[in-house]
Amino acid sequence: MAHDAHEVKKEMVAIYPKKLGKKRAEQIVVTELGPDGSVPEIKANVRSSPGIITQRGCAYAGCKGVVIGPSRDILSIVHGPIGCSFYAWLTRRNQTRPPSDSDPNFITYCLSTDMTEQEIVFGGEKKLKAAIKEAYDVFHPKAIAVFSTCPVGLIGDDVHAVARQMKEELGINVFAFSCEGYRGVSQSAGHHIANNQLFKHVIGLNELAHEDKFTINLLGEYNIGGDAFVIEDLFRRCGIKLIATFSGNSDYDSMANSHTADLNLVMCHRSINYMAEMMEKKFGIPWLKINFIGAAATAKSLRKIAEYFDDAELKAKVETVIAEEMPKVDVAQKDVKSRCQGKTAMLFVGGSRAHHYQVLFKEMGMEIVAAGYEFGHRDDYEGRKVLPTIKVDADSKNIEEIEVRPDETRYVPRLSQERKAQLADPELEFQDYVGMMPEMEDGTLVIDDISHHETERLIELYKPSIFCAGIKEKYAVQKMGIPCKQLHSYDYGGPYAGFEGAINFYREIDRMVNMKVWSLVKAPWQTLAPQPEPAPVAAD
Amino acid sequence: MLLRHTTAEVTERTALTINPAKTCQPIGAMYAALGVHGCLPHSHGSQGCCSYHRSTLTRHYKEPVMAATSSFTEGSSVFGGQANLLQAFETIFTVYNPDIVAVHTTCLSETIGDDISQIISKAKADGKIPEGKHAIHANTPSYVGSHITGFANMAKSLVTNFAEGTGEDKKQINLLPGWVEPPDMRELKCLAHRMGVDVIMFPDTSDVLDAPQTGKHELYPKGGATVAQIRSAGDSIGTIGLGHSASTRAASALEEKCEVANEMLELPIGLQATDRLIEAMRVMAGVKVPDIITDERGRLLDMIADMHQYIHGKRVALWGDPDQLVSLCDFLVCLDMKPVYILTGTPSTRFEKRVRAVLGDSVPDVKIRKGSGADMFLMHQWIKQESVDLLIGNTYGKYIARDENIPFVRHGFPILDRVGHAYFPTVGYRGGMYLLEKILNAFMDRQDREALEEKFELTM
Ligand code: SF4
Ligand code: SF4
Repeated sequence: MAHDAHEVKKEMVAIYPKKLGKKRAEQIVVTELGPDGSVPEIKANVRSSPGIITQRGCAYAGCKGVVIGPSRDILSIVHGPIGCSFYAWLTRRNQTRPPSDSDPNFITYCLSTDMTEQEIVFGGEKKLKAAIKEAYDVFHPKAIAVFSTCPVGLIGDDVHAVARQMKEELGINVFAFSCEGYRGVSQSAGHHIANNQLFKHVIGLNELAHEDKFTINLLGEYNIGGDAFVIEDLFRRCGIKLIATFSGNSDYDSMANSHTADLNLVMCHRSINYMAEMMEKKFGIPWLKINFIGAAATAKSLRKIAEYFDDAELKAKVETVIAEEMPKVDVAQKDVKSRCQGKTAMLFVGGSRAHHYQVLFKEMGMEIVAAGYEFGHRDDYEGRKVLPTIKVDADSKNIEEIEVRPDETRYVPRLSQERKAQLADPELEFQDYVGMMPEMEDGTLVIDDISHHETERLIELYKPSIFCAGIKEKYAVQKMGIPCKQLHSYDYGGPYAGFEGAINFYREIDRMVNMKVWSLVKAPWQTLAPQPEPAPVAAD
Repeated sequence: MLLRHTTAEVTERTALTINPAKTCQPIGAMYAALGVHGCLPHSHGSQGCCSYHRSTLTRHYKEPVMAATSSFTEGSSVFGGQANLLQAFETIFTVYNPDIVAVHTTCLSETIGDDISQIISKAKADGKIPEGKHAIHANTPSYVGSHITGFANMAKSLVTNFAEGTGEDKKQINLLPGWVEPPDMRELKCLAHRMGVDVIMFPDTSDVLDAPQTGKHELYPKGGATVAQIRSAGDSIGTIGLGHSASTRAASALEEKCEVANEMLELPIGLQATDRLIEAMRVMAGVKVPDIITDERGRLLDMIADMHQYIHGKRVALWGDPDQLVSLCDFLVCLDMKPVYILTGTPSTRFEKRVRAVLGDSVPDVKIRKGSGADMFLMHQWIKQESVDLLIGNTYGKYIARDENIPFVRHGFPILDRVGHAYFPTVGYRGGMYLLEKILNAFMDRQDREALEEKFELTM
């Protein structure tokens, strides 16, 4: 990489109107790991500037789309005009596997109150009530979740009161989310809102007891492309009992039962750390940051779990599984390295994947030249140690922070203070997340909420071998002759988690960076050296 | 079963839509705005809407879909979005330098009641819109109408903002294509060109949403109607508007503003609807129909005659947008097929009348539904009551197709899982052939898959 990242940064923001340029400059940093492990401060989780062309979506997308959508038997009703519900209909590829053909699966259904002018003017509560009743009559679900979209908050519908009333009337669990799109500054607000309501209305309702020795929940894994299936299989082989996943391939009862687990694993820190914290406080369940993206990362994560439970048999099983899987991974790695070594990647996506997927690229011998989140916070970049210094701005301060106290009867500390102290090794990330930046090479660009303009400039300047982003960026990047891998939808491929997923990913990236088509962009006649104009033929 | 909770028994629903057969206005406005050269669509609301609309259009076309948003926060939803839009104009013109910013509203800004005309005037007064550049808008509240309404509103806005009658008589006709695909627009221009008719077409998304791979991303690809073209629409001989739901507003606005008379036709899908378009162009422009077009018509006719045994009498269920459905029914009837279930989520007062007009008495037991309550859950229930031989509609039909094992031809918006719609037309005679080929393949592939071994045919 021949470019000076500081120069690139300057050049990138030069075009902006002054105030905007100043703001963007604070959201673009060049990594530099200090001797004390510190990294530069980045501005994140601040509003996107109007007109800038952002990757971001809204709180509703984070709440309904990301966190609640993947669970198969909570019936989701979107309260609002039709569009919001339509666009979230099956587009996130959350795979799910009901235990049998007769078990409920609502994933394929899209429910909406389809608000019309009538409700906008006179209020939509009546219609919402009727819709909940009608939905109950058709589907007979155990639980109904109601999601508010932009106009709902504005016209003042009290969705929570409606939910309470219908809960009483129908005798099933009904709860609502005030996840209007204007809340917060991105999907991130919606994650938080989803966490809060799940915690208040679902967690702890199912007291089913488990005999198993090692009980866990997997938080922040949404089973895109079947990732959760792969991880579930690893747990099974290691003898680890998964009680609930939030929320890939999950169902309502398991979530309601999740407070009985002895450990929470946090996969996507951004979208679900609230839940881990709240469950810790209320039920005494510790959490561990893990990452099942990348073969080495998967092995490390399994070992961390074994370390937490500190059980010889579990440790042995984990080692057996790793030993069974790693040889296949090594063969695949070696193969792709012969073609991918030294190639470069950029990742601009989500709130954790831009970090997690760096591991996979590094395993292939590729270099990360720039990365950033779409809706991460400073702790996702710099690590949780900066949490006390994060100032919540006006745009985010209205998102509820639930006050949680230990449950009178069900708070059970899983570990002694002494054991906790033992686990405080930074490598273990016990109740901690080190963030993206400390793991990146010095001199790499980190850009929060990258704009379209910045994307184009980066690509023009660095010409990376591959760019990772989402659907909106994909084809613009590819038009520039650079392959773009979608890291939200996986381009309808996957799974990429675990050992099996790592191999899939290597092969996929190998395919993309070595596709013939990129060398054929110019037609034969476009590559000719400029020919002299033919001499004019003299008229006879 | 993917749709395991859908049963044949229909219970009355008044408030709940399940599996909609429509979406919201802004995406239509965004699509229409992309059909103008050098135009950046702008969504005035919170940023989720814009993100969803761009994503859906992108999944449909596998192409970049650029648009900006006002990124409302809680503050803007209380105080209104004027400051956001003003700032957006400044950033957009500085950074992305479009010729035009086409603003559409969202549920949020409509509920707040932002006055976009006033904000645009202010932006002009404040010097936020550079000389020679344009900002236009369409109101697209999603709680009224559907995505089709949004398209119609933005198409109309192009007329009210740009079309001008200068008094000069231009030997050209306006062709409003309605909501069709880029290859359809290209095909329509090609037909006109072959007839020697100069047309002004807008919106025109060909060469925008099917731009070639060149190694360079053009933020404003070479296609799209230019402002100069739209302006000159006011001096044309007349307007042919295709698709009543999508094009009537723009056609009427042209008539009102510039006194250009219009003739409204159904979309030219299939033999007879294309005949009517060719006739209308012939008469309006006073030209002859060249043999190349008559021959093409003959080829479509020939194909129908040759393969009729595989299609006649087949029962078809269709869902989608009113204009598309009316013309598809027209074509199916001409093939001696039976469109038995026809449904659109778009509210449209004349829909049923239009469908019945093309059906005549060919399908006495037809079921037609539109607007609220007309969703794909209901369609599926009809199918469960009495099945059909073929489904025609957008990608969401694949769940019904698989559960019920029914051949399925994708048509309409959105198509998220196939690519043909972005490259091959379904309008005109050639489009008819492409559509017919797809219908035939659906039946024949099924026959090949399911025939008994001794009944497996080599020649079909
Ligand atoms: S808020 Fe309105 S405009 Fe936005 S996606 Fe939803 S229905 Fe469409
Ligand atoms: S992985 Fe990315 S897209 Fe998925 S929930 Fe986390 S932050 Fe969001």
